[in-house]
Amino acid sequence: MTFFLETLIGGLLAGTMYSLVAIGFVLIYKASGVFNFAQGAMLLFAALTFVSLQEQGLPFALALLLTVAVMALGAIAIERAVLRPLVNRSQITLFMATLGLSFVIEGLAQGLMGAQVRALDLGIDDVPLFIGEVMVSQFDLVAAATAGVLVTVLALLFNSTRIGVSLRAVADDTRAALSVGIDLNRIWQIVWAVAGIVGLVAGLLWGARQGVQFSLSLVVLKALPVLIIGGFTSIGGAIVGGLIVGAAENLAEVYIGAHIGGGITPWFAYVLALAFLYIRPAGLFGERAIERV
Amino acid sequence: MRKSLRRSIAGALLALGASSTLPGLVQAAANEQFFPLATYRVGAYASSGIPVWAGMIDYLRYINEVEGGINGVKLVWQECETEWTAEKGIECYERFKNGLNGAPVAVYQPNGAPAAYALADKAAADKIPLITLGYGRTEATDGSVFPYNFPVMLTFYSEASAVVNYIAEREGGFDKLKGKKIATVYHDSAYGRETQGPLALLAEKYGFENLQIPVADPGNEQSAQWRQVRQAKPDWVFLRTWGVSTPVAIKTAARFGFPVDRIIGDIWASSDEDVLPAGDAGKGYLALTPYPGGADFAIHQKIKEHILDQGKSDLKDPKSFGSVYYNSGLVNAAIAVEAIRAGQQKFGQRPLTGDEGRWGLEHLNVDEARLKAIGFAGLMQPLRLSCPDHEGGGAAKVQQWDGARWKLLTDWVQADRQTLRPLIEAKSAAYAKEKGITARDCRAEQ
Repeated sequence: MTFFLETLIGGLLAGTMYSLVAIGFVLIYKASGVFNFAQGAMLLFAALTFVSLQEQGLPFALALLLTVAVMALGAIAIERAVLRPLVNRSQITLFMATLGLSFVIEGLAQGLMGAQVRALDLGIDDVPLFIGEVMVSQFDLVAAATAGVLVTVLALLFNSTRIGVSLRAVADDTRAALSVGIDLNRIWQIVWAVAGIVGLVAGLLWGARQGVQFSLSLVVLKALPVLIIGGFTSIGGAIVGGLIVGAAENLAEVYIGAHIGGGITPWFAYVLALAFLYIRPAGLFGERAIERV
Repeated sequence: MRKSLRRSIAGALLALGASSTLPGLVQAAANEQFFPLATYRVGAYASSGIPVWAGMIDYLRYINEVEGGINGVKLVWQECETEWTAEKGIECYERFKNGLNGAPVAVYQPNGAPAAYALADKAAADKIPLITLGYGRTEATDGSVFPYNFPVMLTFYSEASAVVNYIAEREGGFDKLKGKKIATVYHDSAYGRETQGPLALLAEKYGFENLQIPVADPGNEQSAQWRQVRQAKPDWVFLRTWGVSTPVAIKTAARFGFPVDRIIGDIWASSDEDVLPAGDAGKGYLALTPYPGGADFAIHQKIKEHILDQGKSDLKDPKSFGSVYYNSGLVNAAIAVEAIRAGQQKFGQRPLTGDEGRWGLEHLNVDEARLKAIGFAGLMQPLRLSCPDHEGGGAAKVQQWDGARWKLLTDWVQADRQTLRPLIEAKSAAYAKEKGITARDCRAEQ
């Protein structure tokens, strides 16, 4: 029983790391209906920028602030160069643009900051903690707390500020929002900047665990089943989806994997997502699209 | 006017062709040997690849500039980006296989397991030998079935045997292995699964318990695997990962309280790039390697003097000079150069074709004296290849990460190749049957 509990709790905590990545996708999807394929590249770029600044001798806080500024400037550049010329184009056009953008960002990151692996120490000990007989990871607890703080801050941003109201208006009905004078370009800039900052948080935590390197952009593969299960338009859904995926894949690897050859975590999450697609195509918390035909 | 201009240009070109200039170019190519470099400088594995190509290019440049080429034959090279994928690896091979401006290809290094598997039959048909140091099909050790595949120096089978031999040494003898538990945490791919056969055989022979725990690619979350390790409480873990899955494994092991100095990484989990991201968790980690890290070998002094200090190195980050991957580039290049040198003894001091390169490889004999002469003593094991044995060597050193650099713990730990040979022959015979290959008679050829 202890082993089961430990696997379950470990899985739930690991899932919050997936949620952190998924939240970045949700933000952009909510505001523009676009699945941002470049989110992984943004995460890599943010983490690489932070580590490169630290290598130049900058203290943690200053490196963090400068990286936030770089991500904000990047958001403005993306809006001007990529999104604005494609206003009123189909969603698939915008999706393809983000696909191209991911290659540009990855190339730019490697070209400017090099391809070598960097260690990232956030000062969080990655050592075992025992609660009774159950072992949990201190690092995972910090990651879970970070996800909690992030969701709270984003909830406050969306619900209690003028910018948040504008964001929700654009998300609900872009044309109606435009007609009441909301500046769509500015909203996109803000959303992409916030998604970049969320990418930075996720990039730092994942980078501390596996090193800051190119493969960091692959962690988005973990976010896709999370989004399908939680829904593409709900930040809370991203959290719940992450918990479900984390717990399910850990339990499956331990209890099913041993009987079918093991190594099943990556595809098991997608099988689970497929099952959810049959039952709830919009995910647990996603908005159901109703269209007049 | 335009017509006459066109005629003049055409005439000038014809005259140029008839003059000694063009034959001169052909003449230059006629005394050049082409080294195709199938690289991966971008993509997920770039951080591993960049120091490898620096090591290779620095050595080739050293041969040209200090030794005047291989017996006067200058080396030329060109890169082609594969991103470590099979499809781009094949594209690069097709681009390179016919040589460069008349300079032929004598040996080809696919640099990546996916491309190596994909090219095995194609290269044999084109009569171009593939050198796969530390990767590729283990059964290609049997040159009677695989005349153009050379998994030189350390196959995955030998690696498994060397790790068991090292553990036996640490435990106080082979008899002490009985009842011990050795868990292999492996990348769930053809590469990762390759040691299952030999480890099962060795477990039966020595009586240890053999646990196999797969990690699916890319392996950036391994809680489930290390929770199983913690539950099983093995005495040793043999870590057969690649890329990001290695630092994640080391850090996750620390998180689950498994002692890092009881983890032995394999050849692809033994570089600086594998341990640096793990930070303090990597201190004490052990790894097998056929090309240990360090810049104190004689060849490093020569390259430093003639290439690095002259500003001619391909290395962008000087900290990587002497890193495990840089040294792997040196060793890879040295094997290719020595194979061509061996081939030239039969075919003359001229550029060699692929078939001649294959002969050179099958008659390669780099003994201790030769290693000392070329500055590779201690960095590379003696290597003797033949028709029935395309591996040679079969040994590795064990190194330990101290948080800043690798420290060598052992001399060459030799694999028990005789015990594993029947497994290799069974696999190569099965391959020959499947492909309808008639095995060469190696005894008749020798």
